[in-house]
Amino acid sequence: MEQKDIFIEVKGLCFTYNDDAGNNSPDASPALCNLDLKVARGEYVSILGHNGSGKSTLAKLLSMILIPTSGEIYIDGHLVSSPDISDDEIYEVRKKIGMVFQNPDNQLVATVVEEDVAFGPENLGIEREEMKKRITEALEMVGMTEYRRHAPHKLSGGQKQRVAIAGIIAMLPDCIIFDESTAMLDPLGRRDVIEIMERLNKERGITVLNITHYMDEAARANRVVVINDGEKVLDGTPKEVFSHVDELHSMGLEAPQGKELIHALNKCGIKVSDDALSEEECVEAIYSALIGD
Amino acid sequence: MISDITLGQFFPGNSPLHRLDPRCKIILSVLFIVAIFIADTPIAFAFLFLVTLFLIIISRISAKVIFKGIKPIIFVVVFTSLLNVFLTVGKGAPLVEFYFIKIYTEGIVRAIFMSLRVILLIIGTSMFLTYTTSPITLTDGIESLLSPLKVIKLPVHAFAMMMSIALRFIPTLVEETEKIMNAQKSRGADFSSGGIIKRAKALIPILVPLFVSSFKRADELAVAMECRCYRGDINRTKLVKLEYKIRDFIWIFVFALILSATILTKFLPDMITRASEVLDILFYHI
Repeated sequence: MEQKDIFIEVKGLCFTYNDDAGNNSPDASPALCNLDLKVARGEYVSILGHNGSGKSTLAKLLSMILIPTSGEIYIDGHLVSSPDISDDEIYEVRKKIGMVFQNPDNQLVATVVEEDVAFGPENLGIEREEMKKRITEALEMVGMTEYRRHAPHKLSGGQKQRVAIAGIIAMLPDCIIFDESTAMLDPLGRRDVIEIMERLNKERGITVLNITHYMDEAARANRVVVINDGEKVLDGTPKEVFSHVDELHSMGLEAPQGKELIHALNKCGIKVSDDALSEEECVEAIYSALIGD
Repeated sequence: MISDITLGQFFPGNSPLHRLDPRCKIILSVLFIVAIFIADTPIAFAFLFLVTLFLIIISRISAKVIFKGIKPIIFVVVFTSLLNVFLTVGKGAPLVEFYFIKIYTEGIVRAIFMSLRVILLIIGTSMFLTYTTSPITLTDGIESLLSPLKVIKLPVHAFAMMMSIALRFIPTLVEETEKIMNAQKSRGADFSSGGIIKRAKALIPILVPLFVSSFKRADELAVAMECRCYRGDINRTKLVKLEYKIRDFIWIFVFALILSATILTKFLPDMITRASEVLDILFYHI
C-alpha cells in the first residue's frame, strides 16, 4: 500500500451535521468520527455500512459538498479540506473526482441523452470536436450508443443511471464515487451498473469507490471498508472482512448469503472451510465438507 | 392520461421551417407580429393571409392540428367581434337599427379585421415557434438573442438554464403526480366526482407531496450539477452551436419586405388618389 500512488488520503476526519438552528452544537453525535482512509490510484474499493453509518457523508466530504469539522483530506496530494479553499481549487478537485448519485432522475440535466452527457465537458470548456469524441466513447462504454438522441425520461432507471455514468466518464475523471448508485435500480439495472464500474476500473484504471449496502456488490471489490456509526471498523480484502460474520451481525450487516450459510454450518459443528466467498466457492466448500466427512 | 401531454406542441419534422435557426425564427415572428398589427386595409390582410397560408403549406403540419390550436381562442375572438360590431359608432347612417341596437359598417369591418388579426397572430407565431422548434433549441435561441444583455449584468445564461431544466423536469413531475394520485386513490381518495370545489380540494393532498419532493429534487440536482463542475457560464463551451445560414438571412430579408409591403398598403389609397390628381393636372395641361 505505502509504495503505491495514494490518490485519496483521509486523516482523522470528523464531521458533525449542524442542528436545525444552524449551530454546530457539541452534543450532536458526529456523522463521522476520526476516520482514516487511504485509497491508492486504480483501486476498486467498496464502502459498506447500514443506513446512517456515515458512508454517504464520506462521499459528500470527498466531493467537497460538505466541509469537514476537523481532520484532513488530501486528494492527489493536495490538501482540500481547509475551510477557506477557493472555488477554483474546488473546481480542480471536482475535475478529478466524479460522483454518481442514487436517484438517476435527479442527476440528468438535459432533454436529450447526448446533451446530458455533454453537460460536464461543456462546463470544463472542452472544444466541440473533442466533446463529440468523448460523448461517443462514453456512450459506447455504458452501452447506450443507440439511445444518443433519446429523451432521458423515456428510459428505464438502469438506463438513466448508465447515462449519468456516461456523463461522468466524458469528463475523464481519475476517480468515480458511486454513492448508492444501484439502490434504486432493479436487479438487471444493478448488474449493468456494477459491470460498468468494474470495466472502468480494469480497462481505464479509474479509481472506483462504491458506497453500498449490498453485500454481494461489496464482495466483488478488491477491498472492502466497513463503516459503522461514523467509524471505520473493518478494512481489508472481501475475504478478510466477510470472515468477521459475527462482527458484521452486531453492526446490523450481513455477509453474502453463501458466507452466512457456511457460518451457520460451522456453528452447528459441521466444519466447512472459511475461505470461500463467491457463490460457487461456497457451494464447492460446503459440498466438499459434506462429502469429506 | 396526463403523460400524453406534449411539450409545447412541438412536431418533429424536416420542413424548411424546421431547419431554420431558432434565433431567425424568433426574429421572423417579431416581424410578422409587427406586420399584423400595422395592417389595417383589406389588401394588407389578404396579403398576410396568403403569407400565413404559405407558411402552413411548407411546414407540412396538418390543418387539423392548426385548427386545434385555434380552438381555445375562438370564444375570445367571437366575443370581441360581437363587442366591436355592437359598440362601434360609425360616421354614416347605421346599417341596421333595432331599438337601441345600431350596427354600422365600420363596426363589422373592425370586427373582421380584429378576428383575422388574432387568428393570423396565433397561427403565424406557432408556425415559427411552437410547432416547428423544439423547446430546447428555442431556449438556446432565446439565450443567444438575449446575450447582449449580459453587458448590463442580466443573468441570461441562468435564465436559459432554468428554462431548460424546467422543460427537462416536466415529464418527471407528471410521472410523479400520477404516482401520488394512484397512491391516494388506492387509499380511497376520490378525484373524479363532486363539484369543482370538492375536486380542487382533493388536489391538495397531491400538491403537497409534489412540492416537497420537487424541493428535494432541486437540491439533489444542484449538488449533482456542482459535482459536474457547473459554475454558470464561466469558460463554458456548448455542444450545439447555433449558426446562421444563408437561408436564415433570406427569410429575414423576405419578411422585412413583407413588413414594408404591409406598411406601404397603409399609404396605398392615399398614393393612388395623389397619383391620379397629378395625372389629372398633367392631362388638363395637355
